[in-house]
Amino acid sequence: MSASAIIFYLIAAFILGAGILAVTTRKIFRSAIWLLFSLVGIAALYFWMQVEFIAAVQIIVYVGGIVILIIFSIFLTQQSGKEMAKPALQKNIFSALAALFGVAFIGKLISEYGFTEDQSKPFNVGVGDIGTQMLSTTEHGYILPFEVVSMLLLAAMIGCIVIAMKSKDNIISKS
Amino acid sequence: MSGVPLTHILYLSTALFFIGMYGLFTRRNMITMLMSIELMLNSVNINFVAFNKYLYPEKLDGIFFTLFIITIAAAEAAVAIAIIINLYRSHNSIDVEDAAEMKF
Amino acid sequence: MSNYSYIVWIPLLPLITFLVLGIFGRKHFKTVAGFIGTASLLASTILSFIAAKQYFFVDGKVNGIFQKIIAFKYTWLQFSPNVSIDMGIIVDPISVMMLVVVTFVSLMVHVFSLGYMKGEERFATYYAFLSLFTFSMLGLVLSSNLFQVYMFWELVGVSSFLLIGYYFDKPSAVAASKKAFIVTRFADLGFLIGILILAFYSGTLDIGTLIERLTSAQSTQFTGIATASFLGASMLTWGLTLVFIGGAGKSAMFPLHIWLPDAMEGPTPVSALIHAATMVVAGVYLVARLFPVFSMDVTALQIVTYVGAFSALLAAVIACTQTDIKRVLAYSTMSQIGYMMFALGVSKQTGEEGLGYMASMFHLFTHAFFKSLLFLGAGAVIHMVHSNEMKDMGGLRKLMPITHIAFLIACLAIAGIPPFAGFFSKEEILLAAFHSNKLIYGVALFTAALTAFYMFRLYFSIFWSKEATHHHDSHGEGTLSMKLPLIILAICAVGVGFVPFSNFITADGAALETHTDLLFSAAPVGLTIIAILIAMSFYKTENEKPAKFAAAMGGLYKAASRKFYMDELYLFITKKIIFPLIGQPIAWIDKNIVDGLMNGLASVTAKISSLIKGLQSGKVQNYALFFFGGVAALAVLFIYLWK
Repeated sequence: MSASAIIFYLIAAFILGAGILAVTTRKIFRSAIWLLFSLVGIAALYFWMQVEFIAAVQIIVYVGGIVILIIFSIFLTQQSGKEMAKPALQKNIFSALAALFGVAFIGKLISEYGFTEDQSKPFNVGVGDIGTQMLSTTEHGYILPFEVVSMLLLAAMIGCIVIAMKSKDNIISKS
Repeated sequence: MSGVPLTHILYLSTALFFIGMYGLFTRRNMITMLMSIELMLNSVNINFVAFNKYLYPEKLDGIFFTLFIITIAAAEAAVAIAIIINLYRSHNSIDVEDAAEMKF
Repeated sequence: MSNYSYIVWIPLLPLITFLVLGIFGRKHFKTVAGFIGTASLLASTILSFIAAKQYFFVDGKVNGIFQKIIAFKYTWLQFSPNVSIDMGIIVDPISVMMLVVVTFVSLMVHVFSLGYMKGEERFATYYAFLSLFTFSMLGLVLSSNLFQVYMFWELVGVSSFLLIGYYFDKPSAVAASKKAFIVTRFADLGFLIGILILAFYSGTLDIGTLIERLTSAQSTQFTGIATASFLGASMLTWGLTLVFIGGAGKSAMFPLHIWLPDAMEGPTPVSALIHAATMVVAGVYLVARLFPVFSMDVTALQIVTYVGAFSALLAAVIACTQTDIKRVLAYSTMSQIGYMMFALGVSKQTGEEGLGYMASMFHLFTHAFFKSLLFLGAGAVIHMVHSNEMKDMGGLRKLMPITHIAFLIACLAIAGIPPFAGFFSKEEILLAAFHSNKLIYGVALFTAALTAFYMFRLYFSIFWSKEATHHHDSHGEGTLSMKLPLIILAICAVGVGFVPFSNFITADGAALETHTDLLFSAAPVGLTIIAILIAMSFYKTENEKPAKFAAAMGGLYKAASRKFYMDELYLFITKKIIFPLIGQPIAWIDKNIVDGLMNGLASVTAKISSLIKGLQSGKVQNYALFFFGGVAALAVLFIYLWK
């Protein structure tokens, strides 16, 4: 087993461990922190796969954006340190069995499929290439999805503001 | 490359996906449910990048899908948190079982 | 063949007027609606006069015979390669004649209504309906296809319904409009079945082709329809009789006449247009249009004859006893249409024996003028005294000199005094009846005398009798727009009898030689004069004679004044027989079986849904669980079981 493989299994164990803790710990703030670790681990996995740009985006958007947003919302809605109620045992077992079944089922499918890996060409992801193809208007360009996604972001931004805005009725009913 | 086959990465992402699913089913707090969904989205991203790297190294499409998913996930998280905050305002709780008005 | 396509505009102009006035009239043209309607109809009238001149005097005739010309044709619905519903325009003697009559009388009515309906709240609506009616009637007379005839036939029925019910805040008007609509609808059902029978056997709906196929005794279609029999009569007889029932419904023939007197609830100019000159002769026109086919079947023609003659007599007897002047005129209309019908019934297709057809059309033509004149005159009288009852009138000759003269002319015309228009046409009818059926001739003669009697009863009661009471002399005789149509129509009532009608309109298209036989005319004219004198002695001054006479007649008078209990009979049949024996069982089936089925379905659905609604728990995680379970199940299904 090469060093690279060892690193991969370490990263994988880190991701899964942090992920399991994120969905099982009963303190919500800790849960968010475990999620943060798991996401950082995924970023590490991207580094390991030599897609540095994606890894950077992962850190910026997830770690720097979404997790912070989640933590803010936790502060807005919860008293930190308060423990969440335990899930019902029956539900817990049932969900766990479902998840295990899913893992086994998909794992079996994957192991039987037989992917033909293409090791002949090098895998180089330059930021310049990404940028060129992203904004290219030729056949394999992604300018249209790019535009659409920018519209989506705008719409989401406006939508967030509208949804989270305190309406007059709300204020009146509160008072 | 370094002896790690594609299938192992796929096992990783599968496990991560079902961890997220388990969380989605067992958690009652909406913020933690949102976190579980983020985990699931990330496992998909891992898949895209891995497929791109192992099967079509000369192309970039998996990368692009990952980028778009990240973008959309960001938007989704923002909207979801807006909804959660709004729900908190009206119900004083973010427990999904408290917001069960949409039943028969 | 020359170009007649401009004829399309004759019905289209009123249609456009209807749309414009119907949509914008109440808001934008409230005051000028009458002028818009009248102007557009004037254009139509001029066009139809041009068409008549072109057809009758320039190029309608080929080798001495007037041709049927299809001026315009558009295939509207194609059912099969052979059967289609076309929208076409047929130009032949009777359609051109009807064009002139309809547009002219309609124009007169439009002009008259300018004064009569002035100040009405729904003035624009009135003109919109009038235009709709004119459009439908023109479409009807121009139709080249039986189905097109049927469509316009129904449109005419609808516009008549709208106009009878124009004063919809009056319950009697609403009831009358419904009655007219239902009775004519009932007859139209027969008409539709008749059309379908004829079309089924002839394989076409086109009138020209249908006549061609069903009139040659050798054609396969004719042998088919003549040999197929149902309940002892051939399908030809059935088809034609059913078509005639449709015509009888619109033309108020016995026993479907009951709607016509009630239809007088509409505004009087409407009665003049629809219920005197145009719509009610649609039945006659229909029979005339299909006359070549009718002439192939003796039974159907006999039905036409006897129904026509009986209606003429019955209506004349009832007319003698009515006191509402419009009802008298309504029954007189029915009587005159009876004349036209039996004239058709006694006619043959060709030559000298085709006299009845020509006479019928001639009477239709002259009748349109003097009957609309009578109605408009009655309208002017009603406008003056605000009442329909004879007892409220009397001595009006000094107050309304023009109406008086016009009305007198019309009465003389309908009574058949030479040289007024009615004399010539009625004379031809009597002659045709005399040559074919003495019984019918006798009835016709007696009816002619009765006609003279009741018309002059009306005339003397309105204009002579007691002295005028002056309290209603507030607005004189009416405006110029009301007098002008009376004058024009009076001139027509004198003049149109001299039109050499037999040169233009005959059953086979060839000119027919007619001669006035002084000896033959003596009997009807003599009887008529006697009847007028009797009427004069009864009604010129107020006296006891009518009451004594009525008492002497006893039951007959009472029965006639109650219209021979026809309305009561209908009510009895509907209320006592149809409703309990047919209506109620059907209602029961509808309530319990049809509705029960629907209610059962609904309650079963409701029960099932309340059983399974527990799944809609409102818990998002359950939904997610179901969703993933479903996805997993599908994955297993597709991957392992589907192969």
